[in-house]
Amino acid sequence: MGRVALPRAKPEGSGNVSLYAAHQKVYPKAVRGPVRRFKWAMLAACLALYYLLPWLRWDRGPGLPNQAVLVDVANARIFLFSIEIWPQEIYFLTGALVLAAIGLFAVTSLFGRVWCGFACPQTVWTDLFLLVERWIEGDRNTRIKRDAAPISRDKALRKALKHAAWIVIAAATGGAFVFYFQDARQGVVAIPTGSASLETYVFFALFTGTTYLLAGWAREQVCTYMCPWPRFQAAMLDEQSLVVTYRGWRGEPRGKARAAGIGDCVDCRACLHACPTGIDIRDGQQMECIGCGLCIDACDEVMHKLQRPPGLVAFETLANLAASDAATMGMPPGPVRQLCGMKARAPVRFARPRSVMYAGVLGLVAAVMLGAFLMRETATLSVLRDRAPLYVRLSDGGIRNGYTLKLANRRLAEPALALELVAPPGFQLLVQEAPLDEAGHPRLRLAPDGTTEWRALVSLPPGRPVAASTPLRFRLRDAAGRVQLDESSVFLAPERGSP
Amino acid sequence: MASTPEKDAVSGRETTGHEWDGIRELNTPLPRWWLYSFYACIAFAALWVVLYPALPFSTGLTGWTARGSIGEELARHAAEQEPRLAAIREATLEEIRSEPALRAYAMAGGRVAFGNNCAACHGAGGQGAPGGFPSLADDDWLWGGSLSAIEATIRHGIRTPEDDQARTSMMPRFLADGMLKASQVNDVAEHVLDLSGRATDRAAAARGAALFAENCAACHGDRGTGNREMGAPNLADQVWLYGGDKRAIVQSIAYARVGVMPAWGQRLDTAVIKMLAVYVHALGGGEAE
Repeated sequence: MGRVALPRAKPEGSGNVSLYAAHQKVYPKAVRGPVRRFKWAMLAACLALYYLLPWLRWDRGPGLPNQAVLVDVANARIFLFSIEIWPQEIYFLTGALVLAAIGLFAVTSLFGRVWCGFACPQTVWTDLFLLVERWIEGDRNTRIKRDAAPISRDKALRKALKHAAWIVIAAATGGAFVFYFQDARQGVVAIPTGSASLETYVFFALFTGTTYLLAGWAREQVCTYMCPWPRFQAAMLDEQSLVVTYRGWRGEPRGKARAAGIGDCVDCRACLHACPTGIDIRDGQQMECIGCGLCIDACDEVMHKLQRPPGLVAFETLANLAASDAATMGMPPGPVRQLCGMKARAPVRFARPRSVMYAGVLGLVAAVMLGAFLMRETATLSVLRDRAPLYVRLSDGGIRNGYTLKLANRRLAEPALALELVAPPGFQLLVQEAPLDEAGHPRLRLAPDGTTEWRALVSLPPGRPVAASTPLRFRLRDAAGRVQLDESSVFLAPERGSP
Repeated sequence: MASTPEKDAVSGRETTGHEWDGIRELNTPLPRWWLYSFYACIAFAALWVVLYPALPFSTGLTGWTARGSIGEELARHAAEQEPRLAAIREATLEEIRSEPALRAYAMAGGRVAFGNNCAACHGAGGQGAPGGFPSLADDDWLWGGSLSAIEATIRHGIRTPEDDQARTSMMPRFLADGMLKASQVNDVAEHVLDLSGRATDRAAAARGAALFAENCAACHGDRGTGNREMGAPNLADQVWLYGGDKRAIVQSIAYARVGVMPAWGQRLDTAVIKMLAVYVHALGGGEAE
């Protein structure tokens, strides 16, 4: 008989194991310190980037959007400053996502879960919502007390105010999301005045709702239950990765500050109260830990008050933790143990096979993408041979084939290219509606940032023997005579002897 | 029935009072939210039946119908297309051909209209079909390949009795109506083959030449090159609407050929006919005015 043991699952009544863990509300306490300052800076940077990027302008000339970052779904273009991605180049987006994934792996192998702790949208917006909650409802203890108290005018007012503020932030978030897909300056007028499209309102409502729900209500449960990343990020970590750790060799045995034979941990639970996911870092590495390091600040503050050295909880590698642990084995608590433990630490080895491999793959993918980007064609020619009719018999007995030439021009320039037909002698080329240049070649003018379509007719006069299929090429030269585009096709004729 | 529900001793929960073989059923009522959702669904269904045509022969209070809804949708699309169609209506064919925006719209609209109305006989790419459905992609035209000639042909049709401007020509049934004897038909056919250099019986072709000049040249021309004013096909080229072998030619002379095409002016909007003319003109055989 297998027994299911789940964390937090408490046995009930007659010894049944409940598979349902009741939610324990987490009341994170405000902390001050270098980690918290860095986290504020990251928060400000991430939010500023997200909210302000759609407002950045970038002049692309007439007829094109002047928004620096825009996914133009209606016109099937992605604009990224000077870069413009067409639908057939969507692999650049795939490449960017692959790059982001490998970058995440590399950073995680070096510094642990810094993504989760500092840059993940769930963390950033939860932090922002917590900040608002603290402004309106006070810090941890006040909030716990008020939540436990019966409903009062003050409680109702504060709760209403908090949720109103959350919804305003959520709406701004949903609005900013929509602005990445349509012009921000038009959208900011259209959405409140009710003149935006239904799709706009659907996505606006979707992202407003999810922001409010995930950052306001679900919070750490997203990281613990919904997010797949914590489940497999352990695969990127090793004993040389920097993770948030409690230096048990220094802290234990924990107890009252004035008691004798006690380590540095005074069991004040400051680390626990500061934790946004409500775990105790002293229990060791846990899946729920998002690596934000707020417990470090909380503990250092207490250590400072007790006039003990900081770093009882710290960003530390598991290798160093084990080394300190071994060096201080059996030593009584005190400054000597502290010194021995710290001396046993080795510098963090950032260059190790795992991180070097991640960096290598990262560099390789980046190089491939850069190469592909630099060599990307700014114009493409595709030749579509008519399927019906396969060929046309002319009144003089000649054979003619029809082709549709599609010229996609991804630049704003309007080059005119001369088209020539590379085929055995005798084949004649005619492009409908195209003027001829001095050499008698049709001149095809390319529309800026668009596709132009031309119909080309290739005919073979009567009396020339011709195979059922003759390969030929359409070649486009610029004004200087350089071949810009070259595309192959075939000329089809009836089998010899057939009418 | 007991007024107080019985309680189960082990779980402490109420029972339904049902008992089978000593096993009593615990009362597990539906959650309230479920129950109220269920009631809400019933109310919704009742309202739906009243408002919408849910029962046979009932129209519902809103008067909504699927057909009416489609009609509105179609009217909305038509209204959206109207400004562009009006521009096509006002422009001359030459303007539509030479102005890129009008031409692009006309080519797209013409392609659709061609697929809907013309492709059944003339083929998806205008390649035609054996047995009297001419290719519109080659350079041979019965009634002319200029934009205006193509438009007139589409608008008035060929041999359409309801349209007095329809393209009409009447080739006599030379054998059936006793104008030529069978041997003379054979001679004329040899001469016609000779026009494109394919005669096998020189003597018969020579006899046929005189008969051709007498009976056929009025419409088809002295050298058999045809006459587009009358819709008389060119007999000296390589394109044969009803087949170019001797058997088909004899058949044509003896019993004549009478193709028909509807007068699309009676069925299609002027803008659609103009778009079709520009599209067909661009299939490959378009000629200058």
